[in-house]
Amino acid sequence: MARLVVLGGGVSGHTAATFAAKWLGSAHEVVVVTPNAKWNWIPSNIWVGVGEMSKEEVTFDLAPVYAKAGIIYHQAKALGIHPEGNETSDKPYVVVESTEAGKVGKIENIEYDYLINATGPKLNFAATPGLGDANGLGEFTVSVCTADHAVHASHELQKCIEKMRKGERQKFLVGTGHGMCTCQGAAFEYIFNIEHELNKAGVRNMADLKWISNESFLGDFGVGGLHMNTMGFAVSSKIFAESLYTERNIDWVIGAHVNKVEAGKAHYELLDGTMGEESFDFAMLIPPFAGVGLKAISKTGEDITTTVFAPNGFMKVDANYNAGSYENWKASDWPKTYQNPTYKNMFACGIAFAPPHPISKPMSSPNGTPITPTPPRTGMPSGIMGKVVAQSVCDRILHGADAPLHEASMAHMGAACVASAGKGLFTGTAAAMTIYPVVPDFEKYPGTGRDLDYTFGEIGLAGHWIKHILHHLFIWKAKLKPGWTLIPE
Amino acid sequence: MEKKPEHNIKAYGNNFTTMTPGPFAVKMRTCVIWQFLRFLAINIKMIVVVRKSH
Ligand SMILES: Cc1cc2nc3c(=O)[nH]c(=O)nc-3n(C[C@H](O)[C@H](O)[C@H](O)COP(=O)(O)OP(=O)(O)OC[C@H]3O[C@@H](n4cnc5c(N)ncnc54)[C@H](O)[C@@H]3O)c2cc1C
Repeated sequence: MARLVVLGGGVSGHTAATFAAKWLGSAHEVVVVTPNAKWNWIPSNIWVGVGEMSKEEVTFDLAPVYAKAGIIYHQAKALGIHPEGNETSDKPYVVVESTEAGKVGKIENIEYDYLINATGPKLNFAATPGLGDANGLGEFTVSVCTADHAVHASHELQKCIEKMRKGERQKFLVGTGHGMCTCQGAAFEYIFNIEHELNKAGVRNMADLKWISNESFLGDFGVGGLHMNTMGFAVSSKIFAESLYTERNIDWVIGAHVNKVEAGKAHYELLDGTMGEESFDFAMLIPPFAGVGLKAISKTGEDITTTVFAPNGFMKVDANYNAGSYENWKASDWPKTYQNPTYKNMFACGIAFAPPHPISKPMSSPNGTPITPTPPRTGMPSGIMGKVVAQSVCDRILHGADAPLHEASMAHMGAACVASAGKGLFTGTAAAMTIYPVVPDFEKYPGTGRDLDYTFGEIGLAGHWIKHILHHLFIWKAKLKPGWTLIPE
Repeated sequence: MEKKPEHNIKAYGNNFTTMTPGPFAVKMRTCVIWQFLRFLAINIKMIVVVRKSH
Protein backbone atom coordinates (compact mmCIF):
# COMPACT_ATOMS: atom_id res chain seq x y z
CA MET A 1 0.00 0.00 0.00
CA ALA A 2 1.36 3.42 -0.99
CA ARG A 3 0.59 6.67 0.79
CA LEU A 4 0.14 10.05 -0.88
CA VAL A 5 0.24 13.01 1.47
CA VAL A 6 -1.25 16.28 0.21
CA LEU A 7 -0.28 19.42 2.12
CA GLY A 8 -3.00 22.06 1.81
CA GLY A 9 -6.70 21.54 1.17
CA GLY A 10 -7.34 24.64 -0.95
CA VAL A 11 -8.24 24.83 -4.64
CA SER A 12 -5.20 22.91 -5.88
CA GLY A 13 -4.69 20.44 -3.00
CA HIS A 14 -8.38 19.57 -2.68
CA THR A 15 -8.53 18.86 -6.42
CA ALA A 16 -5.40 16.71 -6.24
CA ALA A 17 -6.53 14.77 -3.16
CA THR A 18 -10.09 14.10 -4.28
CA PHE A 19 -9.06 12.88 -7.74
CA ALA A 20 -6.22 10.80 -6.29
CA ALA A 21 -8.62 9.16 -3.81
CA LYS A 22 -11.01 8.35 -6.66
CA TRP A 23 -8.30 6.92 -8.91
CA LEU A 24 -6.42 4.99 -6.22
CA GLY A 25 -9.44 3.50 -4.48
CA SER A 26 -9.08 1.86 -1.10
CA ALA A 27 -5.90 -0.06 -2.02
CA HIS A 28 -3.79 3.03 -1.25
CA GLU A 29 -3.97 5.92 1.20
CA VAL A 30 -4.55 9.58 0.49
CA VAL A 31 -3.87 11.87 3.44
CA VAL A 32 -4.67 15.60 3.51
CA VAL A 33 -2.97 17.91 5.98
CA THR A 34 -4.59 21.34 6.09
CA PRO A 35 -5.04 23.74 9.01
CA ASN A 36 -8.61 24.85 8.37
CA ALA A 37 -11.70 22.87 9.33
CA LYS A 38 -13.58 24.49 6.46
CA TRP A 39 -13.07 24.72 2.73
CA ASN A 40 -13.44 28.22 1.32
CA TRP A 41 -14.47 29.18 -2.22
CA ILE A 42 -12.12 32.16 -2.11
CA PRO A 43 -13.40 34.04 -5.21
CA SER A 44 -16.77 34.62 -3.52
CA ASN A 45 -15.06 36.26 -0.52
CA ILE A 46 -15.44 39.44 -2.58
CA TRP A 47 -19.21 39.21 -2.11
CA VAL A 48 -18.79 38.45 1.60
CA GLY A 49 -16.64 41.58 1.82
CA VAL A 50 -19.52 43.77 0.64
CA GLY A 51 -22.20 42.00 2.69
CA GLU A 52 -23.80 40.23 -0.30
CA MET A 53 -22.98 36.74 0.96
CA SER A 54 -22.40 35.21 4.37
CA LYS A 55 -19.34 33.29 5.46
CA GLU A 56 -21.50 30.16 5.59
CA GLU A 57 -22.35 30.49 1.90
CA VAL A 58 -18.68 30.40 0.84
CA THR A 59 -17.39 27.71 3.22
CA PHE A 60 -18.24 24.15 4.24
CA ASP A 61 -16.86 21.55 6.65
CA LEU A 62 -14.08 19.42 5.17
CA ALA A 63 -14.30 16.43 7.54
CA PRO A 64 -17.53 14.86 6.15
CA VAL A 65 -16.36 15.34 2.55
CA TYR A 66 -13.04 13.64 3.23
CA ALA A 67 -14.78 10.87 5.16
CA LYS A 68 -17.03 10.26 2.15
CA ALA A 69 -14.03 10.21 -0.21
CA GLY A 70 -12.02 7.85 2.01
CA ILE A 71 -9.34 10.49 2.56
CA ILE A 72 -7.50 10.58 5.88
CA TYR A 73 -7.78 14.15 7.13
CA HIS A 74 -5.40 15.83 9.55
CA GLN A 75 -6.49 19.27 10.63
CA ALA A 76 -2.95 20.49 11.04
CA LYS A 77 -0.31 22.63 9.44
CA ALA A 78 2.85 21.17 8.01
CA LEU A 79 6.03 22.51 9.56
CA GLY A 80 8.76 20.62 7.78
CA ILE A 81 9.58 17.95 5.24
CA HIS A 82 12.16 15.21 5.79
CA PRO A 83 12.49 13.91 2.22
CA GLU A 84 15.25 11.43 3.13
CA GLY A 85 13.72 10.22 6.38
CA ASN A 86 15.95 10.41 9.44
CA GLU A 87 18.87 8.57 10.97
CA THR A 88 16.74 5.60 11.98
CA SER A 89 14.60 5.23 8.84
CA ASP A 90 14.85 6.00 5.11
CA LYS A 91 11.13 6.64 4.91
CA PRO A 92 10.36 10.29 4.06
CA TYR A 93 7.94 12.09 6.34
CA VAL A 94 6.39 15.45 7.14
CA VAL A 95 6.17 17.01 10.56
CA VAL A 96 2.76 18.51 11.26
CA GLU A 97 1.28 20.53 14.12
CA SER A 98 -2.37 20.03 14.93
CA THR A 99 -4.81 22.95 14.73
CA GLU A 100 -7.80 20.85 15.75
CA ALA A 101 -9.73 21.95 18.83
CA GLY A 102 -8.52 19.97 21.82
CA LYS A 103 -5.27 18.92 20.09
CA VAL A 104 -3.81 22.31 19.20
CA GLY A 105 -0.02 22.25 19.08
CA LYS A 106 0.31 18.46 19.06
CA ILE A 107 3.23 17.47 16.81
CA GLU A 108 3.06 14.37 14.64
CA ASN A 109 5.19 12.78 11.92
CA ILE A 110 3.38 11.47 8.84
CA GLU A 111 5.31 9.18 6.49
CA TYR A 112 4.72 9.35 2.75
CA ASP A 113 5.61 7.66 -0.51
CA TYR A 114 4.55 10.69 -2.55
CA LEU A 115 4.07 14.26 -1.41
CA ILE A 116 2.08 17.05 -3.04
CA ASN A 117 2.73 20.51 -1.65
CA ALA A 118 -0.34 22.67 -2.29
CA THR A 119 0.01 24.98 0.69
CA GLY A 120 -0.85 28.14 -1.26
CA PRO A 121 0.40 31.51 -0.08
CA LYS A 122 1.39 32.98 3.24
CA LEU A 123 -0.38 36.33 3.33
CA ASN A 124 2.74 38.35 4.06
CA PHE A 125 1.17 41.41 5.72
CA ALA A 126 4.41 41.92 7.66
CA ALA A 127 6.25 42.93 4.45
CA THR A 128 4.71 46.41 4.65
CA PRO A 129 4.93 48.21 7.99
CA GLY A 130 1.43 48.98 9.21
CA LEU A 131 -0.29 46.55 6.86
CA GLY A 132 0.03 43.86 9.47
CA ASP A 133 2.59 41.67 11.16
CA ALA A 134 3.59 38.03 11.43
CA ASN A 135 0.24 37.34 13.08
CA GLY A 136 -1.72 38.69 10.14
CA LEU A 137 -3.78 41.70 9.16
CA GLY A 138 -3.11 45.02 10.91
CA GLU A 139 -5.56 47.45 12.43
CA PHE A 140 -5.61 50.15 9.71
CA THR A 141 -6.79 48.24 6.65
CA VAL A 142 -9.12 45.39 5.76
CA SER A 143 -8.62 42.29 3.59
CA VAL A 144 -10.80 39.87 1.64
CA CYS A 145 -8.20 37.11 1.35
CA THR A 146 -9.97 34.83 3.84
CA ALA A 147 -13.66 34.47 4.64
CA ASP A 148 -13.10 35.87 8.15
CA HIS A 149 -11.21 38.86 6.77
CA ALA A 150 -14.06 39.45 4.34
CA VAL A 151 -16.67 39.42 7.14
CA HIS A 152 -14.61 42.05 8.96
CA ALA A 153 -14.26 44.10 5.74
CA SER A 154 -18.02 44.03 5.25
CA HIS A 155 -18.62 45.38 8.78
CA GLU A 156 -16.14 48.21 8.21
CA LEU A 157 -17.78 49.01 4.87
CA GLN A 158 -21.19 49.23 6.55
CA LYS A 159 -19.75 51.69 9.08
CA CYS A 160 -18.56 53.90 6.20
CA ILE A 161 -21.94 53.69 4.52
CA GLU A 162 -23.61 54.82 7.77
CA LYS A 163 -21.23 57.78 7.99
CA MET A 164 -22.01 58.76 4.39
CA ARG A 165 -25.72 58.58 5.14
CA LYS A 166 -25.07 61.08 7.92
CA GLY A 167 -23.33 63.39 5.44
CA GLU A 168 -19.69 62.48 6.11
CA ARG A 169 -17.65 62.06 2.90
CA GLN A 170 -15.54 58.86 2.78
CA LYS A 171 -12.46 57.93 0.81
CA PHE A 172 -11.88 54.33 -0.30
CA LEU A 173 -8.42 53.11 -1.27
CA VAL A 174 -8.18 49.63 -2.80
CA GLY A 175 -5.34 47.78 -4.51
CA THR A 176 -2.01 46.22 -3.64
CA GLY A 177 -0.14 46.80 -0.41
CA HIS A 178 3.42 46.24 -1.68
CA GLY A 179 5.50 46.54 -4.84
CA MET A 180 5.73 42.76 -5.28
CA CYS A 181 2.08 41.78 -4.97
CA THR A 182 0.02 39.53 -7.17
CA CYS A 183 -3.77 39.02 -7.12
CA GLN A 184 -4.64 42.44 -8.60
CA GLY A 185 -7.78 40.77 -9.98
CA ALA A 186 -9.23 40.29 -6.50
CA ALA A 187 -8.64 43.94 -5.61
CA PHE A 188 -10.14 44.95 -8.97
CA GLU A 189 -13.27 42.99 -8.13
CA TYR A 190 -13.47 44.47 -4.68
CA ILE A 191 -13.25 48.12 -5.70
CA PHE A 192 -15.97 47.68 -8.33
CA ASN A 193 -18.18 45.74 -5.92
CA ILE A 194 -17.79 48.53 -3.36
CA GLU A 195 -18.73 51.07 -6.03
CA HIS A 196 -21.79 49.01 -6.95
CA GLU A 197 -22.88 48.71 -3.30
CA LEU A 198 -22.43 52.44 -2.69
CA ASN A 199 -24.72 53.10 -5.64
CA LYS A 200 -27.25 50.67 -4.26
CA ALA A 201 -27.07 52.35 -0.86
CA GLY A 202 -27.62 55.74 -2.51
CA VAL A 203 -24.38 57.21 -1.16
CA ARG A 204 -22.09 57.04 -4.21
CA ASN A 205 -21.99 60.84 -4.42
CA MET A 206 -20.47 60.93 -0.92
CA ALA A 207 -17.56 58.64 -1.82
CA ASP A 208 -14.18 59.05 -3.50
CA LEU A 209 -12.69 55.80 -4.76
CA LYS A 210 -9.06 55.32 -5.65
CA TRP A 211 -7.14 52.37 -7.01
CA ILE A 212 -3.48 51.94 -6.07
CA SER A 213 -1.37 49.16 -7.53
CA ASN A 214 2.06 47.95 -8.50
CA GLU A 215 1.04 47.42 -12.13
CA SER A 216 3.05 49.52 -14.60
CA PHE A 217 -0.18 50.04 -16.53
CA LEU A 218 -3.81 49.61 -15.59
CA GLY A 219 -5.02 46.19 -16.73
CA ASP A 220 -1.63 44.45 -16.35
CA PHE A 221 -3.12 42.01 -13.78
CA GLY A 222 0.30 40.40 -13.29
CA VAL A 223 0.14 38.75 -16.70
CA GLY A 224 1.66 41.64 -18.61
CA GLY A 225 -1.85 42.62 -19.66
CA LEU A 226 -3.59 40.93 -22.55
CA HIS A 227 -4.78 41.90 -25.99
CA MET A 228 -8.33 40.96 -26.84
CA ASN A 229 -9.95 40.49 -30.17
CA THR A 230 -12.67 43.14 -30.21
CA MET A 231 -14.57 44.42 -33.25
CA GLY A 232 -11.72 43.51 -35.54
CA PHE A 233 -9.05 45.16 -33.37
CA ALA A 234 -6.47 43.63 -31.04
CA VAL A 235 -7.23 45.85 -28.05
CA SER A 236 -5.06 46.04 -24.92
CA SER A 237 -6.58 45.35 -21.52
CA LYS A 238 -5.20 48.79 -20.59
CA ILE A 239 -7.82 50.43 -22.80
CA PHE A 240 -10.63 48.38 -21.28
CA ALA A 241 -9.46 48.87 -17.71
CA GLU A 242 -8.99 52.63 -18.07
CA SER A 243 -12.39 52.85 -19.70
CA LEU A 244 -14.11 50.98 -16.86
CA TYR A 245 -12.36 52.97 -14.13
CA THR A 246 -13.36 56.19 -15.86
CA GLU A 247 -16.94 55.07 -16.40
CA ARG A 248 -17.31 54.21 -12.73
CA ASN A 249 -15.41 57.36 -11.69
CA ILE A 250 -12.53 55.60 -9.95
CA ASP A 251 -9.20 57.38 -10.00
CA TRP A 252 -5.92 55.44 -10.03
CA VAL A 253 -2.28 55.48 -8.95
CA ILE A 254 -0.17 52.82 -10.64
CA GLY A 255 3.45 51.71 -10.51
CA ALA A 256 3.22 52.12 -6.73
CA HIS A 257 5.02 50.30 -3.97
CA VAL A 258 3.10 50.93 -0.76
CA ASN A 259 5.89 51.07 1.80
CA LYS A 260 4.06 52.09 4.97
CA VAL A 261 0.52 52.25 6.25
CA GLU A 262 -0.68 54.36 9.17
CA ALA A 263 -4.11 55.18 10.50
CA GLY A 264 -5.88 56.71 7.51
CA LYS A 265 -2.77 57.07 5.36
CA ALA A 266 -0.76 54.94 2.92
CA HIS A 267 2.76 55.99 1.90
CA TYR A 268 4.12 54.87 -1.43
CA GLU A 269 7.02 55.09 -3.86
CA LEU A 270 6.37 55.30 -7.59
CA LEU A 271 8.27 53.78 -10.50
CA ASP A 272 9.72 57.22 -11.27
CA GLY A 273 11.20 57.31 -7.75
CA THR A 274 8.88 59.96 -6.33
CA MET A 275 7.24 59.41 -2.97
CA GLY A 276 3.62 60.10 -2.20
CA GLU A 277 0.88 59.48 0.30
CA GLU A 278 -2.79 58.77 -0.01
CA SER A 279 -5.32 59.31 2.75
CA PHE A 280 -8.23 56.94 3.29
CA ASP A 281 -11.18 56.19 5.51
CA PHE A 282 -11.36 52.59 4.27
CA ALA A 283 -8.55 50.64 2.65
CA MET A 284 -8.26 47.11 1.30
CA LEU A 285 -4.70 46.46 0.21
CA ILE A 286 -3.74 42.94 -0.89
CA PRO A 287 -0.58 41.74 0.90
CA PRO A 288 2.33 40.21 -1.00
CA PHE A 289 2.41 36.42 -1.07
CA ALA A 290 5.25 34.19 0.11
CA GLY A 291 5.62 30.48 0.69
CA VAL A 292 4.18 29.26 3.99
CA GLY A 293 7.63 28.75 5.49
CA LEU A 294 8.06 24.98 5.34
CA LYS A 295 11.50 23.72 6.30
CA ALA A 296 13.30 20.84 4.63
CA ILE A 297 15.66 18.69 6.67
CA SER A 298 18.11 16.05 5.43
CA LYS A 299 18.61 12.57 6.86
CA THR A 300 21.41 13.85 9.06
CA GLY A 301 19.34 16.72 10.39
CA GLU A 302 20.92 19.36 8.17
CA ASP A 303 18.71 22.24 7.00
CA ILE A 304 18.24 21.80 3.23
CA THR A 305 15.43 24.33 2.87
CA THR A 306 17.34 26.28 0.20
CA THR A 307 17.73 23.10 -1.86
CA VAL A 308 14.03 22.38 -1.87
CA PHE A 309 12.54 25.87 -1.74
CA ALA A 310 13.25 29.14 -3.59
CA PRO A 311 14.14 32.21 -1.48
CA ASN A 312 10.47 33.33 -1.56
CA GLY A 313 9.51 30.09 0.21
CA PHE A 314 7.81 28.44 -2.77
CA MET A 315 8.88 24.91 -3.72
CA LYS A 316 11.28 24.44 -6.62
CA VAL A 317 9.89 22.38 -9.48
CA ASP A 318 10.89 21.63 -13.08
CA ALA A 319 11.11 25.31 -14.05
CA ASN A 320 14.10 27.13 -15.52
CA TYR A 321 15.24 29.29 -12.61
CA ASN A 322 18.27 30.59 -14.51
CA ALA A 323 16.49 32.40 -17.33
CA GLY A 324 18.14 35.70 -16.41
CA SER A 325 16.80 39.01 -17.65
CA TYR A 326 13.42 39.67 -19.27
CA GLU A 327 14.88 39.59 -22.79
CA ASN A 328 15.86 35.94 -22.28
CA TRP A 329 12.55 34.72 -20.89
CA LYS A 330 10.85 31.95 -22.79
CA ALA A 331 7.55 30.14 -22.46
CA SER A 332 9.58 26.97 -21.94
CA ASP A 333 10.94 28.37 -18.64
CA TRP A 334 7.59 27.47 -17.07
CA PRO A 335 7.25 24.10 -15.35
CA LYS A 336 5.33 21.27 -16.95
CA THR A 337 5.22 18.43 -14.43
CA TYR A 338 5.66 20.31 -11.11
CA GLN A 339 8.09 17.67 -9.87
CA ASN A 340 10.78 18.74 -7.44
CA PRO A 341 14.15 18.38 -9.21
CA THR A 342 15.94 16.92 -6.14
CA TYR A 343 13.29 14.65 -4.64
CA LYS A 344 11.34 13.00 -7.45
CA ASN A 345 8.46 11.88 -5.22
CA MET A 346 7.64 15.49 -4.30
CA PHE A 347 5.47 17.83 -6.36
CA ALA A 348 4.15 21.35 -5.83
CA CYS A 349 1.04 22.82 -7.45
CA GLY A 350 -1.10 25.94 -7.32
CA ILE A 351 0.46 28.96 -5.66
CA ALA A 352 2.92 26.72 -3.76
CA PHE A 353 5.28 26.11 -6.70
CA ALA A 354 8.10 28.57 -7.33
CA PRO A 355 7.56 30.34 -10.67
CA PRO A 356 10.71 30.81 -12.77
CA HIS A 357 10.18 34.59 -12.94
CA PRO A 358 7.32 37.09 -13.18
CA ILE A 359 5.12 37.27 -16.29
CA SER A 360 4.97 41.09 -16.36
CA LYS A 361 8.20 42.83 -17.31
CA PRO A 362 10.16 43.51 -14.10
CA MET A 363 10.60 47.16 -13.22
CA SER A 364 12.14 49.09 -10.40
CA SER A 365 12.33 52.70 -9.31
CA PRO A 366 15.56 54.74 -9.67
CA ASN A 367 16.02 54.05 -5.93
CA GLY A 368 16.27 50.34 -6.75
CA THR A 369 12.88 49.38 -5.32
CA PRO A 370 11.37 46.56 -7.36
CA ILE A 371 7.79 47.40 -8.37
CA THR A 372 6.54 44.46 -10.39
CA PRO A 373 3.47 42.28 -10.13
CA THR A 374 4.42 38.71 -9.30
CA PRO A 375 2.74 36.03 -11.40
CA PRO A 376 -0.82 35.06 -10.50
CA ARG A 377 -1.80 31.41 -10.31
CA THR A 378 -5.55 31.71 -10.46
CA GLY A 379 -8.21 29.11 -9.74
CA MET A 380 -8.39 27.34 -13.08
CA PRO A 381 -4.63 26.80 -13.55
CA SER A 382 -4.30 25.83 -9.86
CA GLY A 383 -7.06 23.24 -10.26
CA ILE A 384 -5.62 21.86 -13.50
CA MET A 385 -2.15 21.58 -11.95
CA GLY A 386 -3.59 19.77 -8.95
CA LYS A 387 -5.36 17.26 -11.16
CA VAL A 388 -2.34 16.68 -13.42
CA VAL A 389 0.01 16.15 -10.49
CA ALA A 390 -2.48 13.69 -8.97
CA GLN A 391 -2.58 11.84 -12.30
CA SER A 392 1.22 11.57 -12.33
CA VAL A 393 1.37 10.30 -8.76
CA CYS A 394 -1.46 7.80 -9.29
CA ASP A 395 0.20 6.47 -12.45
CA ARG A 396 3.45 5.99 -10.58
CA ILE A 397 1.71 4.23 -7.71
CA LEU A 398 -0.40 2.03 -9.99
CA HIS A 399 2.00 1.43 -12.90
CA GLY A 400 5.46 1.77 -11.41
CA ALA A 401 7.90 4.53 -10.56
CA ASP A 402 8.88 5.04 -14.22
CA ALA A 403 5.39 5.88 -15.46
CA PRO A 404 5.57 9.08 -17.53
CA LEU A 405 4.53 12.29 -15.82
CA HIS A 406 1.55 14.31 -17.00
CA GLU A 407 2.11 17.89 -18.09
CA ALA A 408 0.24 21.18 -17.64
CA SER A 409 2.43 24.19 -18.34
CA MET A 410 0.93 27.63 -17.78
CA ALA A 411 2.54 28.50 -21.12
CA HIS A 412 0.31 25.95 -22.87
CA MET A 413 -2.76 26.44 -20.76
CA GLY A 414 -5.50 29.02 -20.97
CA ALA A 415 -7.56 30.46 -18.17
CA ALA A 416 -11.14 31.56 -17.98
CA CYS A 417 -11.56 34.40 -15.49
CA VAL A 418 -14.72 36.14 -14.44
CA ALA A 419 -14.09 39.32 -12.46
CA SER A 420 -17.15 40.58 -10.65
CA ALA A 421 -17.92 44.29 -10.95
CA GLY A 422 -21.07 44.21 -8.82
CA LYS A 423 -23.60 41.62 -7.65
CA GLY A 424 -27.29 41.56 -8.60
CA LEU A 425 -29.50 39.21 -10.62
CA PHE A 426 -30.46 42.00 -13.04
CA THR A 427 -28.09 44.81 -12.05
CA GLY A 428 -24.83 42.89 -11.61
CA THR A 429 -21.93 42.95 -14.05
CA ALA A 430 -18.67 41.05 -14.42
CA ALA A 431 -15.81 41.07 -16.85
CA ALA A 432 -15.71 37.62 -18.44
CA MET A 433 -12.32 36.89 -19.95
CA THR A 434 -10.37 34.06 -21.44
CA ILE A 435 -6.65 34.22 -21.94
CA TYR A 436 -4.64 31.76 -23.97
CA PRO A 437 -1.99 30.95 -22.99
CA VAL A 438 -1.65 32.35 -19.46
CA VAL A 439 2.09 32.87 -19.93
CA PRO A 440 2.63 34.74 -23.20
CA ASP A 441 4.61 32.92 -25.85
CA PHE A 442 6.12 35.62 -28.04
CA GLU A 443 7.81 33.08 -30.31
CA LYS A 444 4.58 31.31 -31.15
CA TYR A 445 2.33 34.38 -31.08
CA PRO A 446 4.51 37.32 -32.14
CA GLY A 447 3.47 40.74 -30.87
CA THR A 448 0.89 40.01 -28.21
CA GLY A 449 2.21 36.63 -27.01
CA ARG A 450 -1.32 35.24 -27.03
CA ASP A 451 -3.65 33.54 -29.46
CA LEU A 452 -6.28 36.17 -30.22
CA ASP A 453 -8.75 33.51 -31.34
CA TYR A 454 -8.94 32.33 -27.73
CA THR A 455 -8.30 35.56 -25.82
CA PHE A 456 -11.35 37.73 -25.36
CA GLY A 457 -13.21 39.74 -22.76
CA GLU A 458 -16.42 41.62 -22.25
CA ILE A 459 -18.33 43.12 -19.38
CA GLY A 460 -21.99 42.65 -18.65
CA LEU A 461 -24.75 40.92 -16.75
CA ALA A 462 -23.99 37.62 -18.52
CA GLY A 463 -20.57 37.60 -16.84
CA HIS A 464 -22.26 38.06 -13.47
CA TRP A 465 -24.61 35.14 -14.11
CA ILE A 466 -21.62 32.98 -15.03
CA LYS A 467 -19.75 34.04 -11.88
CA HIS A 468 -22.77 33.20 -9.74
CA ILE A 469 -23.29 29.83 -11.42
CA LEU A 470 -19.58 29.05 -11.02
CA HIS A 471 -19.87 29.78 -7.29
CA HIS A 472 -22.48 27.01 -6.96
CA LEU A 473 -20.80 24.65 -9.43
CA PHE A 474 -17.39 24.77 -7.74
CA ILE A 475 -18.83 24.32 -4.26
CA TRP A 476 -20.87 21.37 -5.63
CA LYS A 477 -17.69 19.92 -7.13
CA ALA A 478 -15.62 20.48 -3.99
CA LYS A 479 -18.33 18.72 -1.91
CA LEU A 480 -18.02 15.74 -4.30
CA LYS A 481 -21.72 15.78 -5.06
CA PRO A 482 -23.06 13.65 -7.95
CA GLY A 483 -21.33 14.41 -11.24
CA TRP A 484 -18.46 16.34 -9.57
CA THR A 485 -15.84 14.85 -11.88
CA LEU A 486 -17.67 16.24 -14.92
CA ILE A 487 -17.22 19.83 -13.77
CA PRO A 488 -13.93 21.07 -15.22
CA GLU A 489 -11.36 22.78 -13.02
CA MET B 1 -28.44 66.73 -17.00
CA GLU B 2 -27.93 62.98 -16.71
CA LYS B 3 -24.35 62.09 -15.88
CA LYS B 4 -22.66 60.18 -18.70
CA PRO B 5 -19.42 58.17 -18.37
CA GLU B 6 -17.48 60.72 -20.41
CA HIS B 7 -18.31 63.38 -17.82
CA ASN B 8 -15.87 61.61 -15.51
CA ILE B 9 -12.93 62.38 -17.83
CA LYS B 10 -10.63 65.02 -16.42
CA ALA B 11 -8.85 67.08 -19.04
CA TYR B 12 -5.16 66.19 -19.02
CA GLY B 13 -5.74 63.95 -16.00
CA ASN B 14 -5.07 60.21 -15.70
CA ASN B 15 -8.08 59.27 -17.77
CA PHE B 16 -7.99 61.93 -20.49
CA THR B 17 -6.92 59.50 -23.24
CA THR B 18 -9.32 56.66 -22.52
CA MET B 19 -12.50 55.64 -24.31
CA THR B 20 -15.84 55.63 -22.50
CA PRO B 21 -19.02 53.80 -23.44
CA GLY B 22 -22.04 55.67 -24.71
CA PRO B 23 -25.52 55.23 -23.21
CA PHE B 24 -26.43 52.43 -25.65
CA ALA B 25 -23.34 50.36 -24.78
CA VAL B 26 -24.01 50.85 -21.06
CA LYS B 27 -27.68 49.89 -21.45
CA MET B 28 -26.82 46.71 -23.34
CA ARG B 29 -24.65 45.55 -20.44
CA THR B 30 -27.73 44.84 -18.36
CA CYS B 31 -30.28 44.27 -21.14
CA VAL B 32 -31.58 40.83 -20.20
CA ILE B 33 -32.34 39.59 -23.72
CA TRP B 34 -28.99 40.69 -25.15
CA GLN B 35 -27.14 39.41 -22.11
CA PHE B 36 -28.86 36.03 -22.39
CA LEU B 37 -27.44 35.74 -25.90
CA ARG B 38 -24.02 36.87 -24.63
CA PHE B 39 -24.32 34.30 -21.83
CA LEU B 40 -24.60 31.55 -24.45
CA ALA B 41 -21.76 33.00 -26.54
CA ILE B 42 -19.38 33.49 -23.59
CA ASN B 43 -20.09 29.99 -22.29
CA ILE B 44 -19.19 28.49 -25.66
CA LYS B 45 -15.97 30.55 -25.84
CA MET B 46 -15.02 29.54 -22.28
CA ILE B 47 -15.74 25.86 -22.87
CA VAL B 48 -13.46 25.95 -25.92
CA VAL B 49 -10.61 27.45 -23.86
CA VAL B 50 -11.24 25.07 -20.94
CA ARG B 51 -11.14 22.06 -23.33
CA LYS B 52 -7.98 23.36 -24.97
CA SER B 53 -6.33 23.63 -21.53
CA HIS B 54 -7.08 20.15 -20.20
C1 LIG C 1 -10.06 37.51 -2.63
C2 LIG C 1 -9.61 36.59 -3.71
C3 LIG C 1 -10.41 36.45 -4.84
C4 LIG C 1 -10.01 35.59 -5.86
N1 LIG C 1 -10.81 35.46 -6.96
C5 LIG C 1 -10.46 34.60 -7.93
C6 LIG C 1 -11.30 34.42 -9.07
O1 LIG C 1 -12.33 35.06 -9.21
N2 LIG C 1 -10.93 33.53 -10.01
C7 LIG C 1 -9.77 32.80 -9.89
O2 LIG C 1 -9.47 31.99 -10.75
N3 LIG C 1 -8.95 32.95 -8.82
C8 LIG C 1 -9.27 33.85 -7.85
N4 LIG C 1 -8.44 34.00 -6.78
C9 LIG C 1 -7.22 33.21 -6.71
C10 LIG C 1 -7.51 31.80 -6.18
O3 LIG C 1 -8.13 31.89 -4.93
C11 LIG C 1 -6.20 31.05 -6.09
O4 LIG C 1 -5.70 30.93 -7.40
C12 LIG C 1 -6.34 29.66 -5.52
O5 LIG C 1 -6.95 29.68 -4.27
C13 LIG C 1 -4.97 29.01 -5.43
O6 LIG C 1 -5.13 27.71 -4.98
P1 LIG C 1 -4.07 27.02 -4.00
O7 LIG C 1 -4.61 25.68 -3.72
O8 LIG C 1 -2.72 27.15 -4.58
O9 LIG C 1 -4.07 27.91 -2.70
P2 LIG C 1 -5.23 28.03 -1.62
O10 LIG C 1 -6.55 27.87 -2.25
O11 LIG C 1 -4.96 29.28 -0.86
O12 LIG C 1 -5.00 26.76 -0.68
C14 LIG C 1 -3.89 26.60 0.14
C15 LIG C 1 -4.27 25.72 1.29
O13 LIG C 1 -3.11 25.36 2.03
C16 LIG C 1 -3.38 25.50 3.40
N5 LIG C 1 -2.12 25.68 4.13
C17 LIG C 1 -1.49 26.82 4.42
N6 LIG C 1 -0.38 26.58 5.14
C18 LIG C 1 -0.30 25.24 5.29
C19 LIG C 1 0.61 24.38 5.95
N7 LIG C 1 1.70 24.85 6.59
N8 LIG C 1 0.36 23.05 5.92
C20 LIG C 1 -0.73 22.54 5.30
N9 LIG C 1 -1.63 23.33 4.67
C21 LIG C 1 -1.41 24.66 4.66
C22 LIG C 1 -4.32 26.68 3.48
O14 LIG C 1 -5.03 26.70 4.69
C23 LIG C 1 -5.21 26.40 2.28
O15 LIG C 1 -6.26 25.55 2.61
C24 LIG C 1 -8.79 34.89 -5.75
C25 LIG C 1 -7.99 35.06 -4.62
C26 LIG C 1 -8.38 35.92 -3.62
C27 LIG C 1 -7.49 36.09 -2.41
